[in-house]
Amino acid sequence: MDNKQLLRVKDLKLYFRTRAGEVQAVDGVDFELNYNRAVVILGESGCGKTSLAKAILRLLPRNISQYSGSILLENRDVMTLNEEDFRRSVRWVQMSLVPQAAMNALNPVIRVGEQVAEPAIIHLGVSKQEAMEMAAKMFQHVGVPVDFLTRYPFELSGGMRQRVAIAMALVTSPNLIVLDEPTSALDVLTQANIFNVLKRLKKELGLSFILITHDIATSSELADEVAVMYAGQIIETADAEPFFTNPLHPYSQKLMASVPRLHEQKELDFIVGQPPSLINPPKGCRFAARCPFRFEKCAEEPPVFQKDGREVKCWLYA
Amino acid sequence: MENTTPSFPASLVEVKNLVKYFPVRAGLLQRVVAYVQAVDNVSFSIREGETLGLVGESGCGKTTVGRTMLRLIEATSGEVYFQGQDILKLKGRALKEMRRNMQIIFQDPYASLDPRMPIGESVMEGLHIHNIGTRQERFEIMLDMLKKVGLEDYHARRYPHEFSGGQRQRIGIARALALRPKFIVCDEPVSALDVSIQSQVLNILKDLQAEFGLTYLFIAHNLSVVEHISNRVAVMYLGKMVELTGRDELFRNPLHPYTKALMSAIPIPDPTLKRERIILKGDVPSPLNPPKGCRFHPRCPIADKICAEKEPEFREVSPDHFVACWMAN
Repeated sequence: MDNKQLLRVKDLKLYFRTRAGEVQAVDGVDFELNYNRAVVILGESGCGKTSLAKAILRLLPRNISQYSGSILLENRDVMTLNEEDFRRSVRWVQMSLVPQAAMNALNPVIRVGEQVAEPAIIHLGVSKQEAMEMAAKMFQHVGVPVDFLTRYPFELSGGMRQRVAIAMALVTSPNLIVLDEPTSALDVLTQANIFNVLKRLKKELGLSFILITHDIATSSELADEVAVMYAGQIIETADAEPFFTNPLHPYSQKLMASVPRLHEQKELDFIVGQPPSLINPPKGCRFAARCPFRFEKCAEEPPVFQKDGREVKCWLYA
Repeated sequence: MENTTPSFPASLVEVKNLVKYFPVRAGLLQRVVAYVQAVDNVSFSIREGETLGLVGESGCGKTTVGRTMLRLIEATSGEVYFQGQDILKLKGRALKEMRRNMQIIFQDPYASLDPRMPIGESVMEGLHIHNIGTRQERFEIMLDMLKKVGLEDYHARRYPHEFSGGQRQRIGIARALALRPKFIVCDEPVSALDVSIQSQVLNILKDLQAEFGLTYLFIAHNLSVVEHISNRVAVMYLGKMVELTGRDELFRNPLHPYTKALMSAIPIPDPTLKRERIILKGDVPSPLNPPKGCRFHPRCPIADKICAEKEPEFREVSPDHFVACWMAN
């Protein structure tokens, strides 16, 4: 097997049981990620992108009706591990998560330094003294002054708290960081700063990122590869450069056309209608109802087609 | 301090030396211990039929400006002229009359509609308050407004939870428009929406402006959106206005160092593009105790001695280009 490969997700499914029926939040997702690369999972609210992050890290609620597929992380199928082994050897050791709105998820009554040190104490078994030193080092990496270690979350600004959350994910030196909407609650200037921090970390520490976001413009700062998610499925994967200049799937094209850009005066495009419910999603292509190019074929579910080394789940590329 | 106010004959709204301090109370007696200087001596005008974009980071006072202009918050001092009348001095019936002409579209479409009121009722509520038309006429105005924002008749009986975010924001627009106002404050109307929906709402706002000759104050932090919709743009920093000029001029030739930093931080969905970014040091200081002199000087890359001592005037450096910076020429 290719030793450059860090992660390979195959046919990952995560269904939830709800009173209204079974929600197919993640429905047969495949993607790969090499060492020191960043993949962006792009999608709108409700497309299942946060569920995908949770499925990868196995942070699951109770109402699961199906959780299957394989997740090969550094050549080991972590799906076969039991909960305890997963907790001991994978989560926060090999990969960690910066959850959505992480800056508001810090414990308000514990000093931020101690919160950052905690994963090191639990997962690496180091002493508190050592863990605090590690936390101080991580603070330097993410650009938070070291004397902030003894502050409480309310004493920090939003951008600083977000950096602290990133430091917390880094303290155990995992190879893979999953970032769920890391900057969507922040201002442009702070966003730009955080992305600079992430880019630097990738270069200095050789990290890999899975960046989950709906913000197309900011995601292009960090992305090496892009996977577009729609209604629980990945519908297009490509390298960042060809994707941002020329997306293939009609949904990706429409999505890109709806982003306002600087110095451009054309009328903005938008996508008619709404994404389908993930309870009983439509048969055939899930985007068909909103697609300007649909034809008879679209009543059947499209397989993934290869086109110039890119993958797209659309009959137009058959 | 002398304040140069941009005055043009065709201005619909004119704001002069607007100040809003929020008192901070503490202790057993809830005594006022300090003031948050949310808006400090801001002057600008909005011309009839234009969209003035108002940008700045969270906490810079842009929402407070919008809300004091509508008297949803009472100003500490200053004047706001709407068609030549100082609305901050109006009372009772005259104020109610004035409010018909000035409406607001709120940021969060999930929180700004009454969850227990069918949306048709929400849209008609303003008409009812202002005693416009008969019940039947109000109903027809409401249906007409819903159609204008792309909703159907049968939606009128539904409740807010039955709608998506984009639809709710369109309901908010219909509600603001039902009274046929002249001026609308759009307070971050698209920031809570997905990109594919954002553009739809922006297009509706633009179309309605053309149809009804509306004037907008468009408050936002997303500069690409502001560039898309505005005729002129004002930039705020820590309760002060730092720059105000035409859209094209601002985006091509920003003069204030803060505006320049904001511009360089705008994300562009093109990974091939390599740009020089201006990274500001530190965070926005607290408006409880803003820095002396120019409020931006502690983070400014080009600050000089005078910047720490004296506050720069908001002056016109070239025709219709206002900036508050000692270094701008």
